[in-house]
Amino acid sequence: MGVKLLLDKANVPGIRTYDVYRREGGYRSVEKALKEMTTDTIVEEVKKSGLRGRGGAGFPTGMKWSFIAKPEGVPRHLVCNADESEPGTFKDRYLMEFLPHLLIEGLIVSSYALGSNDTYIYIRGEYAWITDILEQAIDEAKAAGWLGKNILGTGFDCNIHVQRGAGAYICGEETALIESLEGNRGNPRIKPPFPAIQGVWMRPTVVNNVETLAAIVPIINLGGEEYAKIGVGKSTGTKLISACGNINKPGVYEIDMTITVEEFIYSDEYCGGIKDGKKLKACIPGGSSVPILPANLLLTTAKGEPRYMNYESLSDGGFATGSMLGSGGFIVLDEDQCIVKNTYTLARFYRHESCGQCSPCREGTGWMEKILQKIETGKGEMSDIDLLWDIQRKIEGNTICPLGDAAAWPVAAAIRHFRDEFEWHVNNPELSQTSNFGLQHYADPIHVPA
Amino acid sequence: MSEQTLFKVTVDGITIEVPAGTTILQAARQIGGQVAPPAMCYYSKLEGSGGKCRTCLVEVSKGSEKDPRPMPKLVASCRTTVMDGMEVKNITSEKVVDARAGVVEFLLLNHPLDCPICDQAGECHLQDLSFDHGKSNTRFEFQRRTFKKHDLGKHIQLHMTRCILCYRCVFTADQLTNKRVHGILDRGDHAEIATHIEKSLDNEFIGNVIDVCPVGALTDKTFRFKNRVWFLKPMDAHRDCPTCAGRVTLWNRGDEVYRVTARKDEWGEIEDTPDGKPGWICNTCRFDKKEASDWTIEGPRAISRASVISQGHYSGNVGTTIPTETFKAVNGGRAPHLLLDIHDESEVNQPNIHLGQIQGPAHGTTFNNKNENA
Repeated sequence: MGVKLLLDKANVPGIRTYDVYRREGGYRSVEKALKEMTTDTIVEEVKKSGLRGRGGAGFPTGMKWSFIAKPEGVPRHLVCNADESEPGTFKDRYLMEFLPHLLIEGLIVSSYALGSNDTYIYIRGEYAWITDILEQAIDEAKAAGWLGKNILGTGFDCNIHVQRGAGAYICGEETALIESLEGNRGNPRIKPPFPAIQGVWMRPTVVNNVETLAAIVPIINLGGEEYAKIGVGKSTGTKLISACGNINKPGVYEIDMTITVEEFIYSDEYCGGIKDGKKLKACIPGGSSVPILPANLLLTTAKGEPRYMNYESLSDGGFATGSMLGSGGFIVLDEDQCIVKNTYTLARFYRHESCGQCSPCREGTGWMEKILQKIETGKGEMSDIDLLWDIQRKIEGNTICPLGDAAAWPVAAAIRHFRDEFEWHVNNPELSQTSNFGLQHYADPIHVPA
Repeated sequence: MSEQTLFKVTVDGITIEVPAGTTILQAARQIGGQVAPPAMCYYSKLEGSGGKCRTCLVEVSKGSEKDPRPMPKLVASCRTTVMDGMEVKNITSEKVVDARAGVVEFLLLNHPLDCPICDQAGECHLQDLSFDHGKSNTRFEFQRRTFKKHDLGKHIQLHMTRCILCYRCVFTADQLTNKRVHGILDRGDHAEIATHIEKSLDNEFIGNVIDVCPVGALTDKTFRFKNRVWFLKPMDAHRDCPTCAGRVTLWNRGDEVYRVTARKDEWGEIEDTPDGKPGWICNTCRFDKKEASDWTIEGPRAISRASVISQGHYSGNVGTTIPTETFKAVNGGRAPHLLLDIHDESEVNQPNIHLGQIQGPAHGTTFNNKNENA
């Protein structure tokens, strides 16, 4: 049983309410932080903890916090990015739905550290019922004196506002989120200036993921150094993984980043193996935008070492033979799944969600979708596969925000690892409409535990 | 005035000193010529524009003197400021040329390419861009996105199918008028310029959106289908206008004024007036003053030799020369596959008097009758 720092109390009945949460030791970190620590020591502890952003990019949180500009007389803001829209990722939903006070607690400590008197939670529009849960939790916390004016007599004021998005994936990108929060069209801004200098209403702003902010609570309670001892290397602490797809036990799991991918998929503690005793074909380990990996490269790296569930190990080998931990949306595909169809579905998603601001992403995502649809429906030609490769290459890195990359990577990885399946679709237009390519040689090197 | 900090920046091997805060694009434009990256969405007179079309991507091979690391990705030169000692590669970088060809392909993907019936043809930035940086064929074989034509007020027509979503007209309305009534609806490749729901653009300065539009998406309804721009003769003119600077270019044919636009510089942007302000013109000047008698004519306007508008129109007295090299010589010794001289076909384009030598607007009587000539 791995260490649990975030979800350890998730099964306590009534933990959603303030009274139970407080009885279980909640809000200790606020007391400790506001009474015993200065803003600088909190940032220092977070730096020591080695916490990396849990939203996908994995940028060190302590470093991000230390970048925030502190001009005289200009308010600063903390924004919690709860616009969790990545296909396959639902960890923040779980966290906010069952442990709303954990997020509020993390937000108060972080707001104190960053000097934010008005903190915002930008929540995904579809999470309507969670908005109510959060607002209730904020009211309870306010009634108990953890929010509002002069918290714990320290003179620190903090209010948390919940803002619902309108259902756009792009608003999970931090500058688009800021635009949307300001009431504008959710187009990503051109960086620089970065939000740490000019964010919400041109004021210095830090945007952090829900899980990142919740992880501040155990960091303060344990101390940064203790927290850093959990995990391995630069992947410290625990990570929530939302596992879904063809597995026996889909759900949100808290792992301490020392377990192997094989253990995560096959052990009964986590995913419990592939559903109906089928074989593993491929997996998207970090949410829909990270490269897909075939089973043999998923369980072991190209060097033949076992792959672990952490930032470094999953990205071992770069994009040629590796992937990313991303936001932790672990999508497992069994032998009956069609990679072309899967890629087409993702391309359709990115086409729909592209904001349309910069041309490579606006036009390229639609083009890729059309070509993939053509291949999927049995009308593809061999040259289409090379064309797809060329399009994704021209989108990647040439766009304003990472959505272009996120749209290009799944297509690139699918062609890189499953080119024979694309070719099979082209060569067998009729057969591909009724049956699947199956496993072919990807099954060979996989060791399936008994 | 205190001394401005000057930064040394090298673009394609040419070093120039520019004030701190200058963008790479502006520095490259100061060098001029091929070194300046193309820009479809950036407009120096509009604050906040740029960064969207990605045609101006350049490679920064050396970040600065202090931090010589190259930038990992290509950067949008219109929104990246120079650092001291920065080295930039534009046309000398294969990555840039490749990415730019990609961007041109993306921009043309849903563009109807209806240049033969488009009023912008001849002065279209997208035409120039695809001619300079694009490929001659497309790999796109699907249905292109289309929209219905819309009237935005009584003078402007929106042909959304041609739009490349540069946002210039949005910035123009934001910065020149007190309330913007049009904007971008929807997202992705079905995003469109629209007034929600049906409003008319009737601000006194809204006509400038026609001038900033790099393609033929926003056109002047008083000029639509009246003439091709290369049949017209651009003349600088001014009038005493109570609302704007009144400095314009008249597009004449004979003594008839076909359209009025603001004066544009070599980058296709509106020229500054002598007092240093952008020379935006008002709707009255643009749409209503269509008589030569309304204007004081200054003389013919210098048009780039590369432009189809100047084709055969001007000689030395406006600063351009007709090339004397043969096509074979400039084409590396190769003979052209097909060379058409469309000017043989049209009387108007082959006048036996040089238009550049006429003072003021040309009249029908200026030209000799063909029969007399023979």
